[in-house]
Amino acid sequence: MNSKVRKIIPQLITLLAVILIFGFFTFNAQINMDNRGIEFGFGFLSQESSFDVQFSLIDYDGSHSYARAYLVGLLNTLLVAFIGIIISTILGVIVGIARLSPNYLIERSAAFYVEFFRNIPLLLQIFFWYFAALRALPLPQNADSIFGVFYLTIKGLFVPRLVWENLDIFFYSLIAAVISIIVIRNYARKIQENQGKQLPVFSISIGLLIILPLLAFLTGVVSLGVEVPVLEQIATTSFIYKGGLGIPPELIALTLALSLYTATFIAECVRAGIQGISKGQKEAAASIGLTPNQILKLVIMPQALRIIIPPTTNQYLNLTKNSSLAAAIAYPDLVLVFAGTALMQTGRAIEIVSITMLTYLSISLAISLLMNWYNKKIAIKEK
Amino acid sequence: MMNKLNFLKPDRKNLNTYLYSGSFLFFIAIFDVFLSSFFKINITSFLPNLVSFLLPLILGILGLHLIRIEFSGIKNLDLLNKNINTNNFNATLTLIIIFAIIKSIAPVTSWFFIDANIAGDTKEACTGSGACWTYIKIWLRRFIYGMYPNELQWRINISFILLIALAFVGYFPSEKLRKFLTLYYVAIYPIIAFILIYYLISGGTFGLVWVETGAWGGLSLTFIVSFFCLIFCFPVGMFLALGRRSQLPTVRYISVGFIEFWRGVPLITVLFMSSVMFPMFLPEDFFMDKLVRVIIAISLFEAAYVAEVIRGGLQALPRGQYDAAKSLGMGYWKMHIFVILPQALKLVIPGIANTFLALVKDTPLIFVVGLLELVGMLNLAKTNPEWLGFAMEGYVFAAIIFWIICYAMSKYSYNLELKYKTDR
Repeated sequence: MNSKVRKIIPQLITLLAVILIFGFFTFNAQINMDNRGIEFGFGFLSQESSFDVQFSLIDYDGSHSYARAYLVGLLNTLLVAFIGIIISTILGVIVGIARLSPNYLIERSAAFYVEFFRNIPLLLQIFFWYFAALRALPLPQNADSIFGVFYLTIKGLFVPRLVWENLDIFFYSLIAAVISIIVIRNYARKIQENQGKQLPVFSISIGLLIILPLLAFLTGVVSLGVEVPVLEQIATTSFIYKGGLGIPPELIALTLALSLYTATFIAECVRAGIQGISKGQKEAAASIGLTPNQILKLVIMPQALRIIIPPTTNQYLNLTKNSSLAAAIAYPDLVLVFAGTALMQTGRAIEIVSITMLTYLSISLAISLLMNWYNKKIAIKEK
Repeated sequence: MMNKLNFLKPDRKNLNTYLYSGSFLFFIAIFDVFLSSFFKINITSFLPNLVSFLLPLILGILGLHLIRIEFSGIKNLDLLNKNINTNNFNATLTLIIIFAIIKSIAPVTSWFFIDANIAGDTKEACTGSGACWTYIKIWLRRFIYGMYPNELQWRINISFILLIALAFVGYFPSEKLRKFLTLYYVAIYPIIAFILIYYLISGGTFGLVWVETGAWGGLSLTFIVSFFCLIFCFPVGMFLALGRRSQLPTVRYISVGFIEFWRGVPLITVLFMSSVMFPMFLPEDFFMDKLVRVIIAISLFEAAYVAEVIRGGLQALPRGQYDAAKSLGMGYWKMHIFVILPQALKLVIPGIANTFLALVKDTPLIFVVGLLELVGMLNLAKTNPEWLGFAMEGYVFAAIIFWIICYAMSKYSYNLELKYKTDR
């Protein structure tokens, strides 16, 4: 009896404290909102937003609703996070491997890169790229082209736009390729388990990935055109690029800073992962006659990935959360569009801040769930 | 005796021939890049553009290939080959890095030193094409003290000196007082720090002029915010970690929810919350200073991270420690205070140092609520009409300062890691 009471009382006290704090806050919020004549609710989401957003992936202007503005911000955030994750992973893996290079110069340069970019606040780096480095770029009319089609100017990077015809068919061919690769891989595994033969799965997969989409082109159903940006004068001193795809400088500065910063952490994860594999594994694999490529593919990487993935997931989450710094350089991400402009216009602090936080929370949870699933899949299967 | 020369596979025969021709080619390549970088002379301008551009690389690869002689018998050459010249791929990368270093030295030194200006008091004094350090010189006080009145800045200096001095007290107590050290750092020191900052920097009593927190700024604000957050987030994080490992379900779920919530949201939204949403949750006539709200918000945010670090330490302790403590008849608190926490905290010191490092790097974010620490001050100075166009200098200056602080902290935490690694 005594021990039961001792277990229940602290729990009751904690629960009571939490309830009291929340109750106090809700009570105050109620009074404050009554005083200001605001009604709690999410009805404002369907109202007309009447503000414009500089850069948007979907159709949007002032006549759309706040919900649509939220979607614009969310998509922009996801875009930055997505590009950032890809670039930082590639860069991080390269730098991480370079840090283990036997070449002294390569190892030192990689270490310098990591120590340099890791120890400067991310916000400072974003400001640096946006206000200092990218502002030094030429005006549109003075910009030299790169390979004749890319233009890097103070107004952003202008690249050719790909004009697709029957993009969906091309897409289907890709899906068909992926599905057949999965089937072939399972078949190859069965063959290997039953007969000990190895099929060249990798080359077949690459071949399929190239051949199937290529067939779609050759049959003439899908065609791809390129629209090159062209300089146009709209006033005596004002030039813009018409056609092509314009990438705003905010997006460039943000992805650059995020990728360079996060890549340093990913590089350290990769290094730790590869170093974590004992030398004996490599020697054992070599002694049973595996080639260096096979050693890396079949022995080192599967084990190293197990060490690398959990901390790298954390870095992906950090990158996604850090993309909210976009607000500082006026890239229209979720925080700027929704927690900034929309909040300013509607004055609905509680609803908007909660929605924003919940959104980030769900992105974080989604990424970590996905990565946990993958992690479980590649974890050591003990028989 | 003349041996047959085989340039595809240099070996020990004809060692000198390979060595001299190889080094010659290598040095020609370096010389070419050196000239083009420092004196803007291109000695291969008679060649087509692309060839002229790639020539140093090709010459260098050939040269390094020729001196790649296994077991040459020359110690330095073997060392060189082993470290930077193991195969053609490595040699290419080596050359690219060397060329990049040579290429970047000239513009960087000329921007930083040779073409830079530091004399004078106005923008007009900056005539060189390099950096304008005059800008930093004139604005230095603002960058360090923010809008804090010039004649009162001694108050910030004195309180910082006192705080640093008091932090070192722990190094020289007698054996008798040593057991109170933890108490000193966890309870007494924060209180002293708070009193110092409240009465000395903020002022308002003892004949000191009151300076509102809106005027605080610059690097000193960075230190104040990181310092207080550091002090507050540690105990909160410790309780959260204990809560997460508690046997009591309610306590555990509340702790897990709290930790995961703060870890799942970006700091910038937390600061937004503290500035626009939090006032709605307080009684109407209750006023809380902006700086205090920010410090509370960052402390709670970092506490969640500290909690996870401490939980790692708690999990790393072997079960035997818990069992042993319980078998001595210790209760929950006694067991944790005297047995578990001292060992667990020692294990996680490096991890906590890393969290604090992240905290220092996060302080610039307080600009979203209108507090201007170093980076915020830079952005303010940048828009001053008399000093337009010096964004680069400002950011480079701030980057150097932050880099020194963070690098020193990370080295320190690395040393701690080495120090405590062998203890168990």
